[in-house]
Amino acid sequence: MAILSSSALSRQQVVGLVVLIAAACVLPLLLPNYRVFQLTMALAYAIAILGLNMLIGFNGQISLGHGAFYAIGAYVAAILMDKAGMPYWLTIPIAGGVCLVAGFLFGLPALRLEGLYLAIATLALGIAMPQILKHKALEHWTGGSQGLVIMKPDAPQWLHLSQDQWLYFFTLAWTVLLFFVAWNLLRGRIGRAMVAIRDQPTAARAMGVNAAMVKSMTFGVSAFYTGTAGALGAIGVQFVAPDSFGIFLSFTLFIGVVIGGLSSISGAVWGALFIQFIPNVADEISKAAPWAIYGVFLIAFMYVMPTGVAGFVRLVRARFRRGRVTQ
Amino acid sequence: MDLLLHQVLSGLATGGIYASMALALVMIYQATHEVNFAQGEMAMFATYLAWTLLQGGLPYWAAFFLTVVVSFVGGVVIERVIIRPVENAPVLSVVTVFIGLLVIFNSIAGWVFSYTIKPFPSPFPEQPFFGNSYMSSHEIGSMGITLLLLVLLFVFFRYTPLGLALRAAAQNPVSSRLVGVRVGWMLALGWGLAAAIGAVGGMMIAPVVFLEPNMMGGVLLYAFAGALLGGIDSPGGAVVGGFLVGVLENIVGAYLGTELKFTVALILIVTVLVIRPSGLFGKAQVSRV
Repeated sequence: MAILSSSALSRQQVVGLVVLIAAACVLPLLLPNYRVFQLTMALAYAIAILGLNMLIGFNGQISLGHGAFYAIGAYVAAILMDKAGMPYWLTIPIAGGVCLVAGFLFGLPALRLEGLYLAIATLALGIAMPQILKHKALEHWTGGSQGLVIMKPDAPQWLHLSQDQWLYFFTLAWTVLLFFVAWNLLRGRIGRAMVAIRDQPTAARAMGVNAAMVKSMTFGVSAFYTGTAGALGAIGVQFVAPDSFGIFLSFTLFIGVVIGGLSSISGAVWGALFIQFIPNVADEISKAAPWAIYGVFLIAFMYVMPTGVAGFVRLVRARFRRGRVTQ
Repeated sequence: MDLLLHQVLSGLATGGIYASMALALVMIYQATHEVNFAQGEMAMFATYLAWTLLQGGLPYWAAFFLTVVVSFVGGVVIERVIIRPVENAPVLSVVTVFIGLLVIFNSIAGWVFSYTIKPFPSPFPEQPFFGNSYMSSHEIGSMGITLLLLVLLFVFFRYTPLGLALRAAAQNPVSSRLVGVRVGWMLALGWGLAAAIGAVGGMMIAPVVFLEPNMMGGVLLYAFAGALLGGIDSPGGAVVGGFLVGVLENIVGAYLGTELKFTVALILIVTVLVIRPSGLFGKAQVSRV
């Protein structure tokens, strides 16, 4: 498992981050709108995967049903925009907040469930979600199996950006903010408590960590991230429907976490790029091909690269640095 | 009253299939303390295999037994090749490998056999047995097959040396190895048996839910519910649990509608896990600090 770097970033990392953000700002100005839309979705996935990674990677609670929180976030945003006429930017924090509460509440019974049992319970949540969204009692709000269509927001007049570009920058701003918050949260006291509960639950309790509180809070924060991502994704796609939030969405997020790298913040970006762009390549072979490739990658990673792409990058960097010292 | 009786009986029929899937889950759990998330998709794939054999012109029972044998071999191979390397890995790695298997089976089935829904034949006559009006002959037949399977398994585990060796390997691998039981092969055998049982369950449920790559999602969920209700470490409990959730599903479906079928399973699973994680017949887990 990854060692948490408690200190601030090294100069190298700061330079790398600045270059990365600069590239992320220039790229959409050069690409066609469709690619910009894909990048927007990748950013939303990165937020969702970061949230799930906090839960699985840092806290050791396995969730196979985080698509449910993504769905809640998406629906809250869509309903607020469609039924209450709320501006799109205001719906994002509300969607996140609703998911924070939902996640915290689901985290309470989850406290009693360890490992496999939690995986089963969350799997059931993920499978049940589309049915709940379709149910007659909620149809007035959710639009039943038809779903809801929402309008894509326009960029402010003075910016001269296309809708897709504007939405990209809007999502990018949220991504940078949420990654910064996560980075601070995870390297601080709470982050250490989360890792301690994962690795040595008994010792953590003995050291005075309130395990129940930290675990359900982690569940809540994780759902907050995933729900925010769901809201951003829904505005990007302009459409929500129960069947787009099936159990395979939950699997997608899980795959993103594992491939990107467990307990790694940068892993979320790798994972998001993987789940966003591999299907594009694989779709040309067959409709089913992306999932076959996902599955093979998933198993292969567990055997040869359990720390994911982020772990591999770390390994290469360490080797490179060591090489330089000896020369 | 008549409606209730009807619902209970047809619930018992579906419950039988849940019971066999739950039993397959428990078999793997007992041997390795892992829950096989890919169990349903493996059964689905086996059912497609049976469908292909039937399309090729084989009589039903020949296709049935050939599928069971192939599934058994497939289960053994999966254990030896894919599960073996992560045998002692943390829970998360094992779950990851199972999810990998699940999506691979699902996508390959969709790839090879397409996502269109296919009818699957039942081996039992269309007319209900003895002209009764409560259960169709497929319901009675599939329940009979489930019960037969249970009796066979009971006899196998109780009265044969191989069954004894399997139980020993699951309960105490180190001592079993010392007295000459080949524990690794016993685990593979357990996987083979579970895959074969799953295949039977798949072929019995397919005439009811129709054949398609996602047909086992709900079945697996109810099998989980049944296994947890009965106790995940108790084969007998899993069977009882499977029948119970089958009946419950049907009664709830009849009176409240089937739109919330999976939600009922979700509530059931969470309730059992929170109130009595060891299930009705399981042993409470005690861990040493």
